[in-house]
Amino acid sequence: MFSLNTLLVKRLFVFMALASVVGCSTVRAPSPADPYEGFNRSVDAFNQRLDQVLIKPVARSYVSVVPEVARTGVNNFFSNIGDVLTSVNNLLQGKPKAAASDLGRFVINSTVGVLGLFDVASDVGLNKHSEDFGQTLGRWGVNAGPYLVLPLFGPSSARDAAGFVLTTQIDPVSQIDNAATRNALTGTRLVDRRAELLELTDSIEGVSLDAYAFVRDAYLARRRNQVYDGDPPPEKFVDEVEDVPQP
Amino acid sequence: MSLSLNLYLEFRMFSVFFKRFASLMCLMFWVHTAVAGPVPADQFVKEYTEDLLETIAKNKQQLAGDQKKVAELVDTKILPAVNFQRMTALVVGRYWRQATPEQKERLIDEFRGLLTRTYSGALAQVKDLKIEVKPLRGAADENDVVVKTLIIRPKGEPIQLDYRLERSGDSWKIFDVNVAGLWLVETYKTQFASEISKSGIDGLISSLSDKAKVAEKSNDKPKN
Repeated sequence: MFSLNTLLVKRLFVFMALASVVGCSTVRAPSPADPYEGFNRSVDAFNQRLDQVLIKPVARSYVSVVPEVARTGVNNFFSNIGDVLTSVNNLLQGKPKAAASDLGRFVINSTVGVLGLFDVASDVGLNKHSEDFGQTLGRWGVNAGPYLVLPLFGPSSARDAAGFVLTTQIDPVSQIDNAATRNALTGTRLVDRRAELLELTDSIEGVSLDAYAFVRDAYLARRRNQVYDGDPPPEKFVDEVEDVPQP
Repeated sequence: MSLSLNLYLEFRMFSVFFKRFASLMCLMFWVHTAVAGPVPADQFVKEYTEDLLETIAKNKQQLAGDQKKVAELVDTKILPAVNFQRMTALVVGRYWRQATPEQKERLIDEFRGLLTRTYSGALAQVKDLKIEVKPLRGAADENDVVVKTLIIRPKGEPIQLDYRLERSGDSWKIFDVNVAGLWLVETYKTQFASEISKSGIDGLISSLSDKAKVAEKSNDKPKN
């Protein structure tokens, strides 16, 4: 049987090659960070449609059918697996202390926390971090590059997409030999992630004039912030308004 | 020996001085605070957010599900500390100077409505949060400062919440906020600019008010 993970990545590139040929929507909010806006908008439209007819309804029923305790357990389980990845990346970013803390989280939660179902490490003061290969590359000086919307996975950038491919290769779930178990876990993880974002995505329509541009700008700023661990070098604050009215 | 004696004498003299002037200093300090001298920006943010969190915690029952109560809280507790005029002007950017006074008024109103709708949902869900204000960087006499804070949650990563403030008399007014790395002004600027370049300032105003109407309608319907 195929591995769902590698299958997805392969399909993803086929799709992107196709979409780049098939055609592009219009450019509406030009930004130097988004040279492929037309292409990205097409993929985004595809994603929105897929989400609308399949992923979101599944995530909604998941939330309404599965009790909260169980959902928290599922979320903790995948978060625990993610801590291994975070630990590796903290090490690669030259932060051995944080790396040790994340490894400690994984050890404690996998044992005392029953395979990661309970996040007991947070209770003893080991706070969660999130680091991935995209952030590590950024830390090493790699710029985000052009903004990219990936089919199914959504907002990304050239750098983060490279990091994402790397992540799928070393991800503990993808190391599982039994294909059925592996694919079930990958599917559940997707639903868990989507369920977590339900409220956020519902509010985006209400607060933005152009949801695509809003998500893009927010994604890029957020990633930059993450690369610098919440303390990016200050961008020059430009006050283009000269006749600022005083209250 | 003589050095330590010297030190001792100096210390004695100092303590006599100190005692004599202590009461006077107390009085001066009291007068100083009573007339509300300039508050440092980080202290302002600390008091402002702690007061807000306390108010939310106290009125949790009423706030849950009551849009009117939330709006009231926003009006009385949050808005007085925000310079909406400057915030809107910054978001509109270089087009602001082309706007007529009426258009400016409308823009401020609509943008305030948009933000109130955005954040009022989040307000009702606030619980068990603590705020950690980081020490101020840069000179104390600056007129525009950034205050960095962290929101500590019972579980999960702390959320970064920074404020950009301007001096306003002896106090401060917020004119931009940064949630988890996103500056609000920056986030809306691109969208506003593309709307204005497409259909002008009036076009922006009308699409903002359309958003408001849609939101109003969906509020009337029971949410699922």
